[in-house]
Amino acid sequence: MSEATRPAVKKRAPSTLGRVARYVAVRMVVLFVTVVVGVYLTILIANMGGHVDKIRKAEIRVGIATFVALDPQVRQMPPEARNELISDLIAVEEHRLGLDQPFLVRSVGFLQNALTLNLGRADQLTSDSGSKLVRNIILERLPPTLLLMATSNLLLFFVSLFFGLSLARHYGSWLDRVVIALSPTSAGPAWFYGLILIVIFAGMLGVLPWGGMVSAPPPDNKLTYALSLAEHLVLPIGAWMMSAIFQTAFGWRTFFLIFSMEDYVEMARAKGLSKQAVERGYILRPTLPNIITRFALMLIGLWAGAILLETVFNWPGLGRLFYQAIGLYDTPVIVGNTVIYAYLLALTVFLLDFIYALVDPRVRVGS
Amino acid sequence: MSTLRASWRQLVRYPSAVVGIMLILALVGIALYAIITIPYSEAIRLWRGGEEVWGESPRTAQPVWTQLFSSTKKPETIVLRSSDETAQKTVEQVSDDSKLVLLTFPFDYDYDGFPQEITIFFTATYQEKMPFASMSWKTPDGREIRLGQIAVHRAETYRLALDERLVRRLQGVLPQQALLADPAAATPTALKGTYQLLIDGTTFEAGSTLDAKAVLYGQVHGLAGTDYQRRDLMVALLWGTPIALSFGLLAALGTSLVTMLIAAFGVWFGGWIDELIQRVTEVNMVLPFLPILIMVGTFYSRSIWAILMVVIALSIFGAAIKTYRAIFLQVKEAPYIEAARAYGASDWRIVVRYLVPRIIPVLIPTLISGIPTFVFLEASLALLGLGDPVLPTWGKVIDDARSQGALFNQQYYWMLEPAVLLMVAGLAFAMVGFALDRIFNPRLREV
Repeated sequence: MSEATRPAVKKRAPSTLGRVARYVAVRMVVLFVTVVVGVYLTILIANMGGHVDKIRKAEIRVGIATFVALDPQVRQMPPEARNELISDLIAVEEHRLGLDQPFLVRSVGFLQNALTLNLGRADQLTSDSGSKLVRNIILERLPPTLLLMATSNLLLFFVSLFFGLSLARHYGSWLDRVVIALSPTSAGPAWFYGLILIVIFAGMLGVLPWGGMVSAPPPDNKLTYALSLAEHLVLPIGAWMMSAIFQTAFGWRTFFLIFSMEDYVEMARAKGLSKQAVERGYILRPTLPNIITRFALMLIGLWAGAILLETVFNWPGLGRLFYQAIGLYDTPVIVGNTVIYAYLLALTVFLLDFIYALVDPRVRVGS
Repeated sequence: MSTLRASWRQLVRYPSAVVGIMLILALVGIALYAIITIPYSEAIRLWRGGEEVWGESPRTAQPVWTQLFSSTKKPETIVLRSSDETAQKTVEQVSDDSKLVLLTFPFDYDYDGFPQEITIFFTATYQEKMPFASMSWKTPDGREIRLGQIAVHRAETYRLALDERLVRRLQGVLPQQALLADPAAATPTALKGTYQLLIDGTTFEAGSTLDAKAVLYGQVHGLAGTDYQRRDLMVALLWGTPIALSFGLLAALGTSLVTMLIAAFGVWFGGWIDELIQRVTEVNMVLPFLPILIMVGTFYSRSIWAILMVVIALSIFGAAIKTYRAIFLQVKEAPYIEAARAYGASDWRIVVRYLVPRIIPVLIPTLISGIPTFVFLEASLALLGLGDPVLPTWGKVIDDARSQGALFNQQYYWMLEPAVLLMVAGLAFAMVGFALDRIFNPRLREV
C-alpha cells in the first residue's frame, strides 16, 4: 500500500493501461507469495513440524492392537503371525491416511490442497449435522460468528464514526471531555467487559442470559426465536462496544479535528462556504480513503472471529471452532480457517489499492 | 536530561497521568511486597499446595470485608489445637500399657451462620495397637451430643458430615448445622455461647500418644477469600502483580525496541534488506496471532516466559514497523545525517546515535500504551486454559472462577478481585500512555 499512497511523482508514464497491468501483476504475485508463505508456516506450526504425525501413528498402533486383541480368532494364532497381522493392518491404515510418506512431502500436499481450497476432512471434529468435511464444519459455524461479529463491528464502526464526528463539531464540550477521560478504558478487551456484564446482568440482576445463542430448547415460533436471539446478543455486543467505543470515537474525533485544521479548510471557511459544505467537501472528502481502509480491515477482522468473546459467551461460532480444533490437534480445520482468512486479507489489501485510486485523485495506481 | 525534565513537568499537568502514575507506583509497591514476603519458590509451593498447605482454610469462602455490607456476622474459621492454651489435655495411666487421654476444647461461637464443615484431624504414635477415640459435643445450653468413635491411624481425619451414623442420629441434618443450631428456633439459627468438643481417647501401648486438631471451617476468610481448592486468593492476587507487570513491560519493551531497530536498519541499508523486512511484515499480517499463540501453548510449552518470547517474535513485524519506517525515511534525508556521513560515522553509529533517538517521542507513548494489551493478553491465554501451569496469575484465578462456576454460585469476589486488579493495571498504563501521546505528538496537543 505504501507504494500507492506515496505522493505521485510527476513523471511521464508510458501508458496508463500498461502501467496498471504491470502493477496488478506484480502486486498479485507478491500477495500470492505472502499467502503461500503464511499458510505454509501455519501448516508447519499446526503439525508441530511433523510431530502430530507421530501422535497419529501411535494412536493407530494402539487402536489396532486393541482391536486385534479383542478378536477371538486372532487370539489363537501364533505370536509371530499375530504380530505380522498387526503390522500389516497398521501399514494399511497408515497408507490410507498417507502417514507412510515423510512429513515434508505431506506438507507440500497440504499446502496445495489448502491453496486450492480443497479443505478435506477433519480429523476429529464433526459438524452438528454429522459431516466431517471441513467446508461443512466451517459453513455451519459461519452464520453465528457473522451474526455476532458483523452486528457488533458494524454498530461499533458507524456509532463511533458519527459519535467522533459530532464530538469534533462540539470540540471542547463536556461530552468531549468525558470521552477523552474515558478513552483509556479501552485498554480492557471485550471478553473482560463481557465477564463484568455477565456478573452484573446475568448474575446479580438476572435479567439477561449467561451466554449461548438461543434459549434451550430453541423456540419454535420464528418471532420468539428472533427475540431470544436478540436477548442473547445484548451482552456480547455490549461488551464489544464498551471495550472500544470511547477510544475509537476519540480516534475519529482527533482525526477529523486534525483534518479540519488544514489550510485549505480555513480557505474554504474564509470563502464563506456554509458549515455543511465545508464539512462535506473539505473535511470528510479527504478522509474518505482512511475511513474506507478502516472499514475494510474491520470486515477482515470479522472472519477471524473473536475466540475469547465467543468462549466467554459460549457462542457457537468460528472462534470457538478454531479453539476446539487446536485442542484436538485437528490440523485440517486449523489450516482451513487460516487459509480462508489469508485469502480474504490478501484480496482486501489488493482491492484497497484500487479503491484508494478511485476515491483519492492524488493517488495513481502503480506510480 | 533537560528535555526529560521538561516532558515530566508537562506530564504532571495532566490529572489522569498523575492518577495513572500513582496507580503504577502502587502496583509496583504491591509487586515488591509480594516478591519480598513470598519468595518465588514459596509462591509456587503455596499455589500448588493441597491439603497439607491449605488444610485449615475453607473452600470458596468470601473475603472478610464482605461482612461490612451485611447485618449478619458470618463465621470465620476456628482452629482448635491440643497445644492451645485454652485446650485441656489430661493423661491418666490406667494400667501398665494403657492410658486415658482426655482432650477438651472449649471455644466461643459468636456468629450468625453455621460453619462450612467440621473436621477433626488426629495424630497418633503407636507401634502396633492403634489408639481409640470417642468424641462428643457440649452445647452452651448443656446438651451433650455423642459424635463418632474411631480407631486412630497415625494421621486420621474425621469429617463429621461424612459420618453417616452421626447424620442419621441428627435426623438427617448435617452436623455443622445440627451441632450449633438453637433447638428452640423454628428456622435454623446458630446458638451463641461457649461450646466444648470432648475427645475421650485410650492408648494401648507404652509411649503411645494421641493428639487432635479440630477445624470449624468458616464462611469468610482473609482479605481475599479462598478458591475451590481452599487456597488463599491473596497469594495469587499478590503474585499476579509482579508477573503481570513484568510480562507487560518485557513484552512491550522487547517488541517496540526490536521493531524500532529493525525498521531503522531496513531504512538505512535499504535495498533488499528493506524489501525483505516489508515482505516478512506482510506474511506476519496473514498469520493469525492469537491462534498461533494458542497452538504454541497447546503443542509446545505453556511456560509464561516461552509464551512471552513468541509474543515478542510475532509482534515485532507488526503494523508499527510501517509507522517507524515512514518516520525514518524522512529523518534519513535530514542534513545532520548527511553531516554524520561526511565525517565518516559508521553505519551502526548513524543508526543507533542519530536515527533511533529521533523516534523516541513516538516510541515512548506506544510502549506505555502497549503494556495493557500484553497484561490482558496473559489473562486471555489463561482464560483459554493456557496459563502458566505453576505460577499464580490473575488470569488463572479468573479462569478457575469461570470454570468452577463461581458466577452461578454468586461467588463474585472470586472473579471480581483479579478483574479489578487487571483493570487498574490496564487503566494506569493507558492513562499515562495517553497523556504521553499528547505531549510527544504535537499534532494531538493542539486538539
